Amino acid sequence: MSDTHAHSVAFVRDTMLPEQPPPVSEAGAVKWVRENLFKGWFNSILTILSIYFIYVIVSGAWPWFANGIWTTSSLAECREMLDGMTGACFSVLTERWNQLLFGFKYPPEAYWRPILAFVLLIVAIAPVLYPKAPRKMLAFTAVYPFLAFWLIWGGTLLIPLMVMVGMMAGYFAFKRFERQSFAMGMLAGLIAAVVVIWAGGIIPSSMPDVLALQAIPSRDLGGFMLNMILGTVCVSLSLPLGIVLALGRQSSMPIIKWICVIFIEFIRGVPLITLLFVANVVLAYFFPPGSNIDLVLRVIIMITMFSSAYIAEVIRGGLAALPRGQYEAADSLGLDYAQSMRLIILPQALKISIPGIVNVAVGLFKDTVLVSVISMFDLVGMIRGPILASTEWNGVYWELWGFAVFVFFIVCFSISKYSQWLERQLATDHR
Amino acid sequence: MSTISDPPSGSFRLSMLINDTRYRSYTFQFIALVLLIMAFAYLGFNLLANLQAAGLNISYQFLGEPAGYDINQTLIEYTSQSSHWRASLVGVLNTLLVAFLGCIMATVIGVFVGVLRLSNNWLVRQLMSIYVEIFRNVPVLVWILIIMAVFIAVLPQPREFRGDDATASMVFGAFAFTGRGFYAPAPIFGPGSGVVIAVFLASVVGIFAFRNYAKKALYDRGQLIPTLWPSLAIFFIPAILAFFVMGRPITLDLPSLQGFNFQGGIFMRNSLIALWFALSIYTAAFIAENVRAGILAVSKGQTEAAASLGLRPGRIMNLVVLPQALRVIIPPLISQYLNLTKNSSLAIAVGYMDLTGTLGGITLNQTGRAIEAIFLLMLFYLAISLAISAIMNVYNNAVKLKER
Amino acid sequence: MKKIAILGAMTVAGLSAGVASAATLDDVKARGKLNCGVITGLVGFAAPNANGEWEGFDVGVCRAVAAAVLGDPTAVEFVPTTGKTRFTALASGEIDLLARNTTWTFSRDVDLGFEFVGINYYDGQGFMVPKELGVSSAKELDGATVCIQTGTTTELNLADFFRSNNISYEPVPIETNAEAQPLYLEGACDVYTTDASGLAATRAAFENPGDHVVLPEIISKEPLGPLVRHGDNQWGDIARWTLNALIAAEELGVTSANVEELGAAAGNNPEINRLLGTEGTLGEMLGLDADWAKRAIMAGGNYGELFEKNIGENTPIGLARGLNAQWTEGGLLYSPPFR
Repeated sequence: MSDTHAHSVAFVRDTMLPEQPPPVSEAGAVKWVRENLFKGWFNSILTILSIYFIYVIVSGAWPWFANGIWTTSSLAECREMLDGMTGACFSVLTERWNQLLFGFKYPPEAYWRPILAFVLLIVAIAPVLYPKAPRKMLAFTAVYPFLAFWLIWGGTLLIPLMVMVGMMAGYFAFKRFERQSFAMGMLAGLIAAVVVIWAGGIIPSSMPDVLALQAIPSRDLGGFMLNMILGTVCVSLSLPLGIVLALGRQSSMPIIKWICVIFIEFIRGVPLITLLFVANVVLAYFFPPGSNIDLVLRVIIMITMFSSAYIAEVIRGGLAALPRGQYEAADSLGLDYAQSMRLIILPQALKISIPGIVNVAVGLFKDTVLVSVISMFDLVGMIRGPILASTEWNGVYWELWGFAVFVFFIVCFSISKYSQWLERQLATDHR
Repeated sequence: MSTISDPPSGSFRLSMLINDTRYRSYTFQFIALVLLIMAFAYLGFNLLANLQAAGLNISYQFLGEPAGYDINQTLIEYTSQSSHWRASLVGVLNTLLVAFLGCIMATVIGVFVGVLRLSNNWLVRQLMSIYVEIFRNVPVLVWILIIMAVFIAVLPQPREFRGDDATASMVFGAFAFTGRGFYAPAPIFGPGSGVVIAVFLASVVGIFAFRNYAKKALYDRGQLIPTLWPSLAIFFIPAILAFFVMGRPITLDLPSLQGFNFQGGIFMRNSLIALWFALSIYTAAFIAENVRAGILAVSKGQTEAAASLGLRPGRIMNLVVLPQALRVIIPPLISQYLNLTKNSSLAIAVGYMDLTGTLGGITLNQTGRAIEAIFLLMLFYLAISLAISAIMNVYNNAVKLKER
Repeated sequence: MKKIAILGAMTVAGLSAGVASAATLDDVKARGKLNCGVITGLVGFAAPNANGEWEGFDVGVCRAVAAAVLGDPTAVEFVPTTGKTRFTALASGEIDLLARNTTWTFSRDVDLGFEFVGINYYDGQGFMVPKELGVSSAKELDGATVCIQTGTTTELNLADFFRSNNISYEPVPIETNAEAQPLYLEGACDVYTTDASGLAATRAAFENPGDHVVLPEIISKEPLGPLVRHGDNQWGDIARWTLNALIAAEELGVTSANVEELGAAAGNNPEINRLLGTEGTLGEMLGLDADWAKRAIMAGGNYGELFEKNIGENTPIGLARGLNAQWTEGGLLYSPPFR
C-alpha cells in the first residue's frame, strides 16, 4: 500500500518535524495559573475575591504584628510607646510568660521540674510514636509516669518508687500465673501489686525526706502545663479502659455487655462540662466521708471516663472491621479468649483504630480548656481570670487569644499530621 | 470421638465454674454483677453518710419554688416570680434555639467549604484547607471567647452612638451593630396583615405544586419547563401585591437609642451571637471534612458515566454525585449536630442563659441543690442525644442499600 | 450471705467514718493545716499577691483561726471557690471554714445546713456606673444593662429592687469578678452591681478609679461572715470565738503590738486577762490551750488592724469603717463578753 502511495504522490516528507515548544499560554507557570486560578469567569472571580481577602487580612495584621512591642510592663506603657500607631502589645506575653505556662502559684524555683518532665515525655513517648526507635527505650517509657509524678508534684521519690515496685511485683505475679489462665494471672497480679504497695507504704511515710523535692499541691498547677498534664494523663489512662470497655461491649455475656453499653452511651450522651460540674460539686459526696480528693484528681477521673467511652467506640469500630475469619482462625488454633484477643485480634483492631484514637486524643486535649469554666487556671483560665482582670493588662485581647490559638493549633495540628504519617507507615495490607 | 465432647452430666464440681466454658461465663457475669452492686452500694452509702453529716437530703421541691432571678433572653413568659421549673424550661428553649441556629449555619458553611475544598481553583482550595485546619485544631471554647472579645472590645457600645459627636452610627438607619448585640427592625403586624401572610404561605405551597408539575411534565412527556424564574415570581409577586392591596399593613419597628440601650426592633444578644457563630464555624470545619469525604467516596466512574450521558456539571452534582454522597455524609453530619448541641453547654462561659446557665448555673447556686440540678441537667442532654441517635437509626435504615 | 456481710461491713465503715469526720478540730490538728475556702480573687478581701501568697481581710480570719488552732498563721491551705462551688466544698468536707464574703441568709443557715459563726463585715449591695453616664440614683437606671455575679444574693436583690421600683433592666450574668471587669470597663454593661465593699475593691483595681462612681443607694443588707458545717459545735465555737476575740481585742485595745506584753502576765483588766488566757480557762473549754486568742491576735492584729491593713481608708480600696465600727463608736461590731 504505502509503496504505491509513495509513488503516486509528488512529495512526501520523510522526516519528523522537530517538536515545537508549546504555546506560552499552555506551558509553565502561565499554564498553571490559567488552569488553577483563572479557568472560566467563575473561577476568576473566586480567585480575585480570595486575593482581596488575603490582602485585607495581611495588610491589617502585618503592621499590627511588625510594630509589636515586647518589652513593656503594662498596657498603658505599651500604648505610650506605640504612640498612636497600630501595633500589638506582645509584652503581655513576655511579662506573663511564666503565668501562661505554669499558672500563678507554681513556685518559680521549681519551673525546671515540669520543663524536665516535658523533655523526658518526648524521650519516653518516642518509642511509642516511632516504631523505628530502639525497643529498649520502652523500659524508660514504663518508668516515666512515676518519674513525672515525682518531678511535678514533688515529695519523696520513695512513694512513686514503691508504687513502681508494686506494679512490677504485680507484673511478675501475672507472668507466673498466666500459664494457668489469664484471669488467674490478672487476679494474682492485682493482689501482688496491692499487697506490695500497701506493705511498702510504710517506708515512704517513715522517711518523708529521702530524695524529696518540694511538694507542690495540685491546685497550684496551672497554665498550659495543666492542659498538657490533663491531656497526657487522661489519654494514657483512658486507652486501657477504652479497650476493656470495647471488649466488654462486644462480649457475648449479656450482663457485662449491658454494663458497658450503658456506661458508654451515658457518657457519650452528656456534655463534658456537666461531667466537670460533677467533678467540681457532686463527686465529693460520693467519696468516703472525711476523705479529701483534690480537684485535679477528680477532674482527671471524670475526663478519663469521658475519653475512655469515646475511645471504646473507636476500638469497637476497629474490632467490627476485622474479618470474621480472624476470630475463627484464632479459635481454630485453640487459643482461649485472652490469648486470641491479645495475639490476634487486638493488634489488628488497634492498628485500624489509630486514626480514630488520635482524633479522640486531639479532641480531648482541646477539651481540657473546659476546666477553666470550673475555675481552674489552665491557659484559658489564666487569660480570662488573673491576666485580663489585672490592672496592667486590662483590655489586651488579641495578643492573648492569638497566643492561645497559636499554641493549641501547633500541638493539635502536629498530632493529626503525625497520625496521618503513622497511618501510611502502618498501611501494610493494601499494597 | 464424639463422646469426649459430651458433657459429663451429673458430676458438677466447683472447679467447673472456672474451667468449664459452659459455666465460666456465668461465673464472670456473677462476679461483674456483684462488683457492680458493691460499687454502687459503696457510693450510695458514702452519699448517704455525707448527706447525713451535712444535714442535707435529696429533694426536688425546689423546682416549684419561685426562682427569684431574672433571665435576659426568654422565649416564653417568665418573671423573677416564676418557678425554678419554669426557669429551667426557659433554659431548655434557649439551648434548643442556639443548637437549631447553629446546626443550620454550620451546615451551610460546612457544605460550602467542603465543596470549595474540591474546587479546581488552587487558591480557594488552599484557603479552605487553612480554614478547616485552623478551626478544627483550636478548642471551641477559645473561639467562643474570641468572638465575645470582638463584641466587647471592637464593636461600638451603645454610648458611642449617643450625642452629636457620636463615633458610631446605625447602618441604613435600621441596623445597629453594638457590643451588646445586633439590633434589626422588627415587623409589626397591623390589621389585615393576616391576608398578606396567608397569600404568602399559599404562594409557597404554589411553588411546590408548580415544581411537582414541572417534574411530572419532564418525566411523563419529556417536556422541560423552566422552574427558577416562575418560582421566584410566585414567591414574590402575589405577596407584594397583597401587601399593597391591603394598604401596607406590615410596618417596621426600627430600633432607636433611648436611654441606656437601643429600644424596639429585634435584639440578638452578644452572648447568643458569640455562641452561635463560634459553634457554627467550629462545627462547620468538621462538616466540611465530612462533605469532602462524602463527595470523594462517590467513585469517579459515576461522574464520568454521567458526563458521558451528556449531563452538565451542575446536574451531575445534583442528580448523580450528591444523592450518593449524602448516604455517606448524613450519619457523621448528624453526630456533628449532636456534638454542636452538647458544645452549646459552653454558653456558661459567655453568660448565655441556656439550660446549663439556668438550671445548672443560677438555680444550682441559689438553691444549693447540686446533686439534683446536675442530675436533671445530664438527663436532659441524655434525652436529646438518645433522640438524635434514634433519628439517625431511622435514617440509616431508610437509606440502606436495598440489595436484591 | 457473704454479700450481705460485706455490705454490712461497708455500712458500718461508712457510718463510723461519718461520725469520725464530725470532729473537724481533730482532723485539722492531724492534718496540720487548715483548709480555708476563699474567693478566687478580690483585692482586699482575698487575692494572691505577686509572690502567690494570699492576703486580704477574709484571709486574715483564716490565718487567725489557723493560729489559734495550730499555732501557725501560715498553716493554711487556701482553696479558691466560686459562687457555685463554695457550699459544696464546705458541705463535702473539702474545706473546714468558708471565709468568702458570704451573706448570712435564712435559707443558707437553715436549709443548706451551715452555721454562720458571726459577721465580719456589714455590707449592702450597691451600684457602680461610669461617671460620664451622669446617673446619680439607682432609680434612674431604667433599661440599663446590669452586670451581676451569679450565685450570689445580689441577683435576687437586684430582681426585687427593679420589680419593686417597677423599672426594667437587662441582666448579664457573670461567673467571677475578674470576668465582669472587662465587660463593665468596655461598656458592655452600663452598671456593675455587687456588695459595696466588692465595688470599692473592684474600682480600686481600675486604671482610672475616678471615672466611676458608686451610687448612693444600698439596696440590701449583706451581713458577710465566715461559716462552717452544721453539726460540729466545737469547731463552730472555735471559729465563732476566734472572730469574737479579734473584735473584742480591738474594743479592749489589744493590738498585735502590745498583745505579747499584755499576755505575759495578768494585768488590771480582767476581761483582757480572760481573753489572753492569763486568768480563767476559756481556752481549755474550747479544746485549745490558754494562748489561743493571743496567737490569733498576733497573726494579723485585731479586727481594726486587719481592716486598716487590707481595706481601710489608707489602702487603695479606701473603705470607711461605717457600720463596721465598734459599738462604742456607733458601729455594729459587738462581741459577746469573754466570761
